[in-house]
Amino acid sequence: MRSKVVLRRLFRNKQARYGTIALVVLVALAYLGPFVGPYDWTDKDFLAFLSPPGGDHWWGTTTIGQDMYAVTLRGMQKSIIIGFLVAIISTGLAAIVGAFAGYFGGWVDKVLMWGVDLLLVLPSFLIIAIISPRLREGASWLWFVVLLAAFSWMITSRVVRSMTLSLREREYVLAAVYMGIPRWKIIFRHIVPNLSSLLIIDATLNVSGAVIGEAALSFFGFGIQPPDVSLGTLIAEGSRNATGYPWLFAFPAGLLVLLVLSVNLIGDGLRDALDPGSNS
Amino acid sequence: MGRYLLRRLAINVILVAIAASLAYMLAATTMNPRGAYEGRQPPVAEAVIDATLDEYNLNDKTPVLVRYGTWAKGVITGDFGRTWNGGSVNNEMGRRIMVSLRLLLIGTLVGFAVGVALGAISAVKQYKLTDRFIGVSSFVIMAVPVFVLATLLAIATYNLNRGLGFSLIEYTGEYNPRLSGFDQFLNRLNHLILPTISLSLGLIAFYSRIQRNMMLDVLNQDFVRTAMAKGLRRRTALTKHALRTALIPAATYFAFAFGTMFTGATFTEKIFAWHGMGAWLVDSINQNDVNSVAAVTFFTAVCVLFAAFLSDLLVAALDPRVRVS
Repeated sequence: MRSKVVLRRLFRNKQARYGTIALVVLVALAYLGPFVGPYDWTDKDFLAFLSPPGGDHWWGTTTIGQDMYAVTLRGMQKSIIIGFLVAIISTGLAAIVGAFAGYFGGWVDKVLMWGVDLLLVLPSFLIIAIISPRLREGASWLWFVVLLAAFSWMITSRVVRSMTLSLREREYVLAAVYMGIPRWKIIFRHIVPNLSSLLIIDATLNVSGAVIGEAALSFFGFGIQPPDVSLGTLIAEGSRNATGYPWLFAFPAGLLVLLVLSVNLIGDGLRDALDPGSNS
Repeated sequence: MGRYLLRRLAINVILVAIAASLAYMLAATTMNPRGAYEGRQPPVAEAVIDATLDEYNLNDKTPVLVRYGTWAKGVITGDFGRTWNGGSVNNEMGRRIMVSLRLLLIGTLVGFAVGVALGAISAVKQYKLTDRFIGVSSFVIMAVPVFVLATLLAIATYNLNRGLGFSLIEYTGEYNPRLSGFDQFLNRLNHLILPTISLSLGLIAFYSRIQRNMMLDVLNQDFVRTAMAKGLRRRTALTKHALRTALIPAATYFAFAFGTMFTGATFTEKIFAWHGMGAWLVDSINQNDVNSVAAVTFFTAVCVLFAAFLSDLLVAALDPRVRVS
């Protein structure tokens, strides 16, 4: 019944409602929009280089005659997928590592937390920047997702660990222990579900973090590699000519900001709905 | 307190060493400085390339561990080695650190001060128009990445300057070398305006949100009421008692913010054509410049840990409970 209460609270929350509507519209635009547009993202119109937005090319064309509408939506698809995948992987990792460290304690805890500290100190930007351009095979963007996720779970896992420490002594967990249920099962069945509100909020905010992270790395050419496009690569290209040809910059940048804003709105609304006591 | 600080210092030194070493290893194993020499016309003899690379400690034919040993020995004595084309990393770093620190320090201070002030005002005027305005704008600004913000600022200034017919605000570079004396000082300040705005806006938004929440928690507490009951004016009670207590969490975020800020500075420096440490990170990765990459990482780690140290001190200064224990 709790989920019903939460859902009702969520829809009464104005931020979450607008955020959800905006996100649904954006995802629909990214995935259904290309079917409406007259051009494919790989098409090149050699009669219209850098033409401003108009009847034929709705959002204008690029320096090599690509249709901006088709390319931007293609880039947005990639950014959305990367955002969701990174969020799921990094929150999952944070939950598992944090719960195991907190529940087992002792040397498991020490080793895992030492690893967390080490990853926090490592210059993640540098590592991703060096490795990802060197992965030029077909599915290189999946490796990029793994890299992004690998460097974004540490702080949450610390929170999960400290919450697990208090959950470990609850009656229902102790009851499960005395019934002889294996410990890994207890973690997945009793500990992690009880942290679900924290994890849901974290996953939501991780989506926007990952979208920005992807765009930031791609901005310098360290992320998604050509010929593939993402919002980051498009913004990078557009910002070079932003004063003369503003449509190259305005559409990808605007969509990126809207995407991040809508996800953040949902995250904030979720926090109010799931965790009414907190205020940060 | 002294022993605690010493222990913290020791741990920090170890962490910096680990971070820099790992960065060196990663850079040394994956980057290929040889490529810059191989493709030349007329072609350079391999023996010559080897000799040059050996001199710079960049030869990929030497085992990584041997190169690492040479590098680490140099770093301990304060020598960060050579860049890919033979320049001294130390000289380059000395020049760039001043550029970056100017940007980072001013940006952090402005961001912290303005953010805290806005957050406090927002809390005191809860649910009024000012609060709503600050809340909504900080929420929107937090959704705009630095590189979009910086580009927008550059476009706006370009159009403003063109509209006015002269350059009111500069948007590329660090200073105009043709000016001298007081004019140049003013010119430097002018060049600082846009990068500082683009760096600190995000911080301001972040701090104002934290500060608002903390301030709201504190406002209803007994000690603030007592302060007013003993006859302090509302303003004095708010600034001396409420704001000070509410500053503690913001101070702990100081370290975190500094780290984020450095990444932000990378974009800001690149977009506004400043030749600082952040821009160097990107340039050195693109140029396969192993020693420079390690040096930038070293600098970043030192900065972040120094900020963490500073935030400990700040918390100790603000919170009487920490000072006693």
